[in-house]
Amino acid sequence: MMGVATTDRLGELFARTRAEGRTALIGFVPGCWPELDASVAIAEAAEAGGMDALELGIPFSDPLADGVTNQAAYQQALAAGATPAAVLGQAAAIRAAGVRMPLLLMGYCNTLLAYGLERFVRDAAAAGVDGLVVVDLPPEEASKLERVAQAAGVHVVYLLAPTSTAERIALVARHASGFIYCVSVTGVTGARAAVAEGLPEFVARVRAQTALPLAVGFGISTRAQVTAVGALADAVIVGSALVQAVAGAPRAERAAAVRAFTAELCGRSSSRSGGGGD
Amino acid sequence: MTARELPDAGGHFGEFGGTFVPETLMPALAELRAAYAEAQAAPEFARELDGLLRTYVGRPTPLTYAARLSERMSGERRGPKVYLKREDLAHTGAHKINAALAQALLARRMGKRRIVAETGAGQHGVATATACALLSLECIVYMGSEDVRRQSLNVFRMKLLGAEVRAVDAGSRTLKDAINEAIRDWVTNVRSTYYLLGSVVGPHPYPAMVRDFQSVIGREARAQLLEAEGRLPTVAVACVGGGSNAMGLFAPLQDDAVRLVGVEAAGEGLAGRHAATLVAGRPGVLHGARSYLLQDEWGQVQEAHSISAGLDYPGVGPEHAWLKASERAEYVAITDAEALAAFQLLCETEGIIPALESSHAIAQLWKLCPQLGADDLVLVNLSGRGDKDMGTVAAALGVTL
Repeated sequence: MMGVATTDRLGELFARTRAEGRTALIGFVPGCWPELDASVAIAEAAEAGGMDALELGIPFSDPLADGVTNQAAYQQALAAGATPAAVLGQAAAIRAAGVRMPLLLMGYCNTLLAYGLERFVRDAAAAGVDGLVVVDLPPEEASKLERVAQAAGVHVVYLLAPTSTAERIALVARHASGFIYCVSVTGVTGARAAVAEGLPEFVARVRAQTALPLAVGFGISTRAQVTAVGALADAVIVGSALVQAVAGAPRAERAAAVRAFTAELCGRSSSRSGGGGD
Repeated sequence: MTARELPDAGGHFGEFGGTFVPETLMPALAELRAAYAEAQAAPEFARELDGLLRTYVGRPTPLTYAARLSERMSGERRGPKVYLKREDLAHTGAHKINAALAQALLARRMGKRRIVAETGAGQHGVATATACALLSLECIVYMGSEDVRRQSLNVFRMKLLGAEVRAVDAGSRTLKDAINEAIRDWVTNVRSTYYLLGSVVGPHPYPAMVRDFQSVIGREARAQLLEAEGRLPTVAVACVGGGSNAMGLFAPLQDDAVRLVGVEAAGEGLAGRHAATLVAGRPGVLHGARSYLLQDEWGQVQEAHSISAGLDYPGVGPEHAWLKASERAEYVAITDAEALAAFQLLCETEGIIPALESSHAIAQLWKLCPQLGADDLVLVNLSGRGDKDMGTVAAALGVTL
């Protein structure tokens, strides 16, 4: 079945976490960063630490929904020669290394268009990618992406924000696949000290209109925030804080740092050395 | 299709335009579309805007017959008569004030008292700061740190007008990065903030709304030329960076038998660094709309270059992309050197110091006039004055001030 995924890893993940009554943890790091081939070791370490799914960012020159942490990482990746093709290559290498958690690619519309939408989706499916998050592509502009993604068995994950009206929530719920990415704050990506005040009300408004799993992201960086947000949603997405954990460790200690940070977010370990967790 | 039929409800001009923005902004854009539609239908909004354009901006701006320039552009033979639409005589020295003032009125009507804007050379920032001072609105202008360094005089002007200028250190530290940062601010403060975009770029409704507000240029010029000559121009010419002065000139002439020529910046030449997006770019998505872009094979946006900071932008308004695709308008490019020569020629022949942006439109006359006859009329939008460019021009001519 040319390129059509035979297993729905995202569907299986949420069936499992719902059965277990726990919150899934989804991580985000730019692909091909800090080095072009860095993503495989990061994904392996994250999975070992208890990560349930991983989003790889596709570096873009003008990431207008991202805060300073991700902007800097994208710029560094681009300077090192990262391309969408190289990120797809890392996704394939992550699968080849035996990582089984769902993989998503997160990026901006223009890189997909330049690659060719159909070709990109086909290559992503072949690399073992389960879903796509395109931050500047609302459902109004995404009919072609939805069509080719559905044919390839790849989920198109949409975002909703605290500003989203009931009409927009209904629109996104009709188009969404896999899960809905609820942006916890009115703002750009980046770690924040506290969870946004209106979050329970916002998540409840989305929940009222869809049975799809809900993942909450933007600004979540600590175990306490993961626990608080986890009470509201099916999954919690940690991005910039994971990026900072990667950036803060020398390459030789990176895998241990990612594993330890992931385990800490999951509540598996209080160890500071990063040894425990399994 | 006429200008008034496009864009469609989704903001599309054919395959261009649209709303390619993060979800957080989608409700704000819907709110803006509704507020703009409501204001368009409200007689008191038009009355207040028209009144300010007349008594504050100085409209209508004159239409000047440039007799000596016309002669010089046609050589030995008798060539076309060139008319200049004098946006350089508008308050703050360029057409930018038309859309800045109109949007500031709209923001106040929407109850948004915090304004964010981007600026490259500083002209739109100055126009926005001016409108905000007049209407008592808080004004924050994002400007690439490289541009802050190059345009320190305009930074000082904005500060005098009460605006806060925030330098942007991200990316190439120029206009596109200032737009990114203004959008990030808008995403974060969307409930209280109006994003006052300076050109016919960005997500729907900005390209159509800014075009409508700038169309006063073309409406006036059309009527003034009919009065002076009893007929419409053969050709209308304007420079194109984002493309707002050109859309303002073109839109009211779009249904007439008038050739429309947009002049981009060829910088050091199309083989080198330039800003000729329509002439040498490819379709892509940047800053909320699908249009033409300067980009590499992977869709990464490239830095633009022009001697004129106002044309130094790697994107262009989506309606221009549509006018190119539908062949209703033609787009050409003029180098830094050609623009500089035209700048000097207009100073000498007409006693008008043009902006370097507008000098690109003037330079196109060297190529255009020889194709035309003595019965033809050429209408050029002189979009701004050149006071702001003294430092750049002096440096290019090897003069120390």
